Amino acid sequence: MYRYDDFDRQLVLERTEQFREQVERRLSGDITEEQFRPLRLMNGVYLQLHAYMLRVAVPYGTLRADQLRQLGYIARRYDKGYGHFTTRQNIQYNWPKLDEIPDALLDLAKVEMHAIQTSGNCIRNTTTDQYAGAAADEIEDPRPYCELIRQWSTFHPEFTYLPRKFKVAVTGSANDRAAVKVHDIGLRMHHNDAGEVGFEVIVGGGLGRTPFVGKTVRDFIGKNDLFSYLEAILRVYNRFGRRDNKYKARFKILVHEIGIEEVQRLVEEEWNLIKDGSLRVDDAEIAHYIEQFAPPAFETLTDDDAEFERRKAENREFANWVRSNVIAHKQPGYAIANVSLKPIGGIPGDATDTQMELVADLSDQYSFGDVRVTHEQNLVLPHVKKADLFSLWAELKNANLATANLGYVSDIICCPGLDYCALATARSIPLSQRISERFSDLDRQHDIGELKIKISGCINACGHHHVGHIGILGLDKRGKEFYQITLGGDASENAEIGKIAGAGFSEAEVVDAIESLVTKYLGIRETGERFIDTYRRVGMDPFKEVLYGDR
Amino acid sequence: MSLQVVTANRLDDGLVVFLTADGGWSENIDQARVADGKEAGNALLAEASVPELDIIIVGPYLIEVEQQDGGLVPTKYREILRTKGPSVRQDLGYQAG
Repeated sequence: MYRYDDFDRQLVLERTEQFREQVERRLSGDITEEQFRPLRLMNGVYLQLHAYMLRVAVPYGTLRADQLRQLGYIARRYDKGYGHFTTRQNIQYNWPKLDEIPDALLDLAKVEMHAIQTSGNCIRNTTTDQYAGAAADEIEDPRPYCELIRQWSTFHPEFTYLPRKFKVAVTGSANDRAAVKVHDIGLRMHHNDAGEVGFEVIVGGGLGRTPFVGKTVRDFIGKNDLFSYLEAILRVYNRFGRRDNKYKARFKILVHEIGIEEVQRLVEEEWNLIKDGSLRVDDAEIAHYIEQFAPPAFETLTDDDAEFERRKAENREFANWVRSNVIAHKQPGYAIANVSLKPIGGIPGDATDTQMELVADLSDQYSFGDVRVTHEQNLVLPHVKKADLFSLWAELKNANLATANLGYVSDIICCPGLDYCALATARSIPLSQRISERFSDLDRQHDIGELKIKISGCINACGHHHVGHIGILGLDKRGKEFYQITLGGDASENAEIGKIAGAGFSEAEVVDAIESLVTKYLGIRETGERFIDTYRRVGMDPFKEVLYGDR
Repeated sequence: MSLQVVTANRLDDGLVVFLTADGGWSENIDQARVADGKEAGNALLAEASVPELDIIIVGPYLIEVEQQDGGLVPTKYREILRTKGPSVRQDLGYQAG
């Protein structure tokens, strides 16, 4: 895995010290809140409903064991014993004290972590496939390119005051697990006609109050040219993106307003001026970064492990966990193990200090000290020997971390909502808890199959409701919470924005409404169809009818 | 016109506080000074917004409240959550006691 060089280390320590001084000046009254606010936001510090919130970066969702262990320590030392993993593959702490945050940042710096690029109008942390470097279906590990994007974007002097925040996501697999089509820039690795590996460049996607699926601005850009091309896109956005209206300032609005052809013309024009400059990265440098993410020292194994098969046959609970949470690995004899942070009735994405420390220990023991955070708010141990899966599962189970529900109806993406967030208009966590309790029966979850429910507590859509097969948006109606349902959204390579089914539901009605949709699907599905497939075949009307009848 | 109190977050620890009768800030809404009517509300907010308080609190604003069982309860759900803590973690926030 990538380790900081001296430059990275110095940069993070200097930033930490700068912020310590800024906090001291704020507390002593030398600077006002108005002056301090943009500074704290550049360091991941928000003021939420009950307290400050610190958002810590997990660049491209990759953590070492010692880093996750430190995140657990920080939860205990500076917070109330837990943290919340987010749809941006980051972690948030809900209760830090402003005067202690500089110490927390220093403790993070000790394990090469920070809160840079987690807020403010900059290029945010790049996200990617949580199975990078492990997935059987990937072309190449996307993380060397993510790290190069990280180095290009961190404190980029030209792009520190963009019109609005800017998000880049990368997938190295045709099966998009990073939702690249709903980011400002999505990069999809693929081969061109000459057999070279490069990227399709998709721009102008996004969720929030104005959701769009991104459009392709270039079918193929070679690896050497990727960074100058990204620079050209950012220059076009920085120059032409709107600064007159916060709600129209995202890149997606520009792409929508002037059209993809005009964006393409502007980007190509800019790129032609800079493509042979210093941002052209040669093969040797790329190779250097690929080396940093070299696979761990896998043993040479056969893919069949008799002991693993025997355990599965003997233990139904273990077999169920393997069925949903274990994914094929590229290396024979190994598997990818997903650690669900969605226990039935629990808070999606929350993990306690001791759970973080345990997963860190287990990753040392079973997965080369490598842990991933997923945008669906779970954790992953990416390189586990099949022969070790049963022991791993048993230890996870003891810590309530072995819920066998990955991709099922109870594996819900959910933002913090009005229980924590100052922007929220309704609560989202209690709904996710009640839905997961309603569908807690595992046989029923198996019967329903893959179903992605995503819940946001306001129009900003941190819970990705627009791309949920079933999306739920919490709103405020005359001081009461109510919930709007969207159907047909999809975050995958077949990305689509869901459509609003109709009038919203009260908090008391909404779980029944979701169940009626599922019951309808079970009644009309054809063999092998997931909920989203059935929806695509039959359209909105049959589902609308069960929700509203003659209403 | 309804009853109002001023709330904010405390600068150093970020916790929710309410402007009290003696010009201080309390974690307990029942100790808040109540303004009755628009004019009184604006006067209360003006008092809470003086520059000198910038090193004590952040973002003061008015909320509507009702008298209930001898205490003050906000009329909006959002503000009720702020007086208690997360509804999904009743072991945390002021509700934890």
